[in-house]
Amino acid sequence: MPVSGTELLEEQVNKKYEAGFVTDVEQETLPPGLDEDVVRFISAKKGEPEWLLEWRLKAFRHWQTMTEPSWANIKYDPVDYQSISYYSAPKKQGDGPKSLDEIDPEILRTYQKLGIPLDEQKMLAGVAVDAVFDSVSVATTFREKLADAGVIFCPISEAVREHPELVKKYLGSVVPQSDNFFAALNSAVFSDGSFVFVPAGVRCPMELSTYFRINAQNTGQFERTLIIAEEGAHVSYLEGCTAPMRDENQLHAAVVELYAHERAEIKYSTVQNWYPGNPETGKGGIYNFVTKRGICAGRAAKISWTQVETGSAITWKYPSVILKGDDSVGEFYSVALSKAFQQADTGTKMIHIGKNTTSTIVSKGISAGFGQNTYRGAVKILRGADNARNFSQCDSMLIGDQCGAHTFPYIDVQNPTAHMEHEASTSKVGEDQLFYCNQRGIETEDAVSMIVNGFCKEVFKELPMEFAVEARKLLEVSLEGSVG
Amino acid sequence: MSMLEIKDLHAQAEQQEILKGVELTVEPGQVHAIMGPNGSGKSTLARVLAGDAAYEVTGGEVLYKGQNLLDMDPELRAREGLFLAFQYPVEIPGVSNVYFLKAALNAIRKHRGEPEMDAMDFLTYVREKMKVVKMEESLLQRPVNDGFSGGEKKRNEIFHMATLDPVLAVLDETDSGLDIDALKIVADGVNSLRDDNRAFVVITHYQRLLNYIVPDVVHVMVDGRIVRSGGKELAHELEDKGYSWLEQEVATGAAEPVGV
Repeated sequence: MPVSGTELLEEQVNKKYEAGFVTDVEQETLPPGLDEDVVRFISAKKGEPEWLLEWRLKAFRHWQTMTEPSWANIKYDPVDYQSISYYSAPKKQGDGPKSLDEIDPEILRTYQKLGIPLDEQKMLAGVAVDAVFDSVSVATTFREKLADAGVIFCPISEAVREHPELVKKYLGSVVPQSDNFFAALNSAVFSDGSFVFVPAGVRCPMELSTYFRINAQNTGQFERTLIIAEEGAHVSYLEGCTAPMRDENQLHAAVVELYAHERAEIKYSTVQNWYPGNPETGKGGIYNFVTKRGICAGRAAKISWTQVETGSAITWKYPSVILKGDDSVGEFYSVALSKAFQQADTGTKMIHIGKNTTSTIVSKGISAGFGQNTYRGAVKILRGADNARNFSQCDSMLIGDQCGAHTFPYIDVQNPTAHMEHEASTSKVGEDQLFYCNQRGIETEDAVSMIVNGFCKEVFKELPMEFAVEARKLLEVSLEGSVG
Repeated sequence: MSMLEIKDLHAQAEQQEILKGVELTVEPGQVHAIMGPNGSGKSTLARVLAGDAAYEVTGGEVLYKGQNLLDMDPELRAREGLFLAFQYPVEIPGVSNVYFLKAALNAIRKHRGEPEMDAMDFLTYVREKMKVVKMEESLLQRPVNDGFSGGEKKRNEIFHMATLDPVLAVLDETDSGLDIDALKIVADGVNSLRDDNRAFVVITHYQRLLNYIVPDVVHVMVDGRIVRSGGKELAHELEDKGYSWLEQEVATGAAEPVGV
């Protein structure tokens, strides 16, 4: 006879007690380890319906049959999946540091250099926010505005409760559970993330940002985001922030799915500055292994990915677009910085299926210190994709002589009417360029950031304005000390 | 106090000695010309004055406005008013001429304790300077020297000089590669900046430039030293006789290193 999820859980929990497990279902953090019980625990903790628990379990069972991929141009200590804790409750107000004085001065210095206002610094550091800056009420105002327009923007856990039909319909439709090792893992244990639904014909009245998602929890570890734009809808979403983010959880395996119907437009911008690891040893940094994909399902749909990746010890991601609808458009603009001991293997996949589809790829890789930066891009033009057009430009810049830049472009054209352009360049910030700047009164660090900014201009201009200003500053701060 | 005093300056690159005891004094308001055959060290002298780390100073002293120049970083020398018009100006793709100059000028102004200029004020200021070298507005927005013709690069150097308002300007073969018209424009630009408080060191291969930028003193550099100094007639003498007579004198030890 079928047992309810809760009964099953209680049974399991009681069993574990004998082995020294914790009984309290109200507990805040799971001990390390991953098995089906952990998946059930997570699902029960979130009060999820049976179908979602089954979905998670299916993913978990599939994950157990998969092998971690090793083809990327990156080296890292193997991850012990049994030594990670897969659930920790959101921190309550008052749990965190009492004031900014308790925060690592190095982090504070970075906040100041990035020009982050004091109240935001507090919020980022987890200091209890006072009445002057009431993040909850600010977020409430935005929610009302969005509700007026019919836009749904909430944590995915809330969407499961309030809009299960939508979640059921679209979850896993762009990134199936079996897609890859990390997507399967994420599907099993995803913590939370954003859910966005823009109804037909609606232009979302403001840029959506993770900042204003009420109850934005400590979800970095296995974030799951789902954005749906119906016919003719438009939305711009900003992920991340320039402030350096530390996390006890080293592995970040997020999944982002974008679904654009006919004539819809989704713009997804990311600025990522996760902790890159100890600058002397490279140890301890975040592994950012992300699966991001969008589908232009309907005619004339458009999806743009813009990313500025300056953090993480390892960045491994290929935001991609499936151009299924005729006349659909996919874009990818990227700046990836690898310095000290950072490694990046990033790029995009543009799959042309419909007719008259267009894709644009502009990738700027910057390597400094001992950083290793790899661009990996695939442009596939399938047999039925008449009149497909692609423009790809991947530029690498090397600062210093210990770093590396690598490029692996894959081009697979199965239709003779395709039109493709591919340009690539590698340049070095030359000693003579720096001396020229010095001789005009500009000191070396300012010269490097000026030259690098010039290099990244094309990508920065695709970012929403405030993000672009922050991104420029972030690059400057990130490059400090990388020359000399 | 002299503007510039170079005393027994020795410098090398890759273990090869290039400057072998240069002596030179420049007073404010003066224009000094330095001529000499290829390999004599003229450009090296210019770059050592600017602080190029590719060259190692192995002896001697340089006083700029009474200060020890060799102790100063290149950007500090620039902020103190030393300007070098490069022989081969480098390209900086992605950085517009106007953005670059604004950053440079503001770095200098900040050093001098003057308020920095915002984009609008700077544009007004720089448009006046463009007239000095008959520069087209389009060259303002283009990346520094990127895609510029040889002549445009040289004129851009003079444009930079006019904008940054230096105290001591060293022009390293600014005339090389220029046709007569471009030469006149460059010369006019330099002449318009001649001032009692400013000095110029003009390094050139050919006497021709000196018809337009009339020097107060002409020096000849041979084998890493200044071996002869004189008035502007010295330039004509070189044009008639070439450099070999001086090179021979140096080789036989007949010529003494001289400075004015």
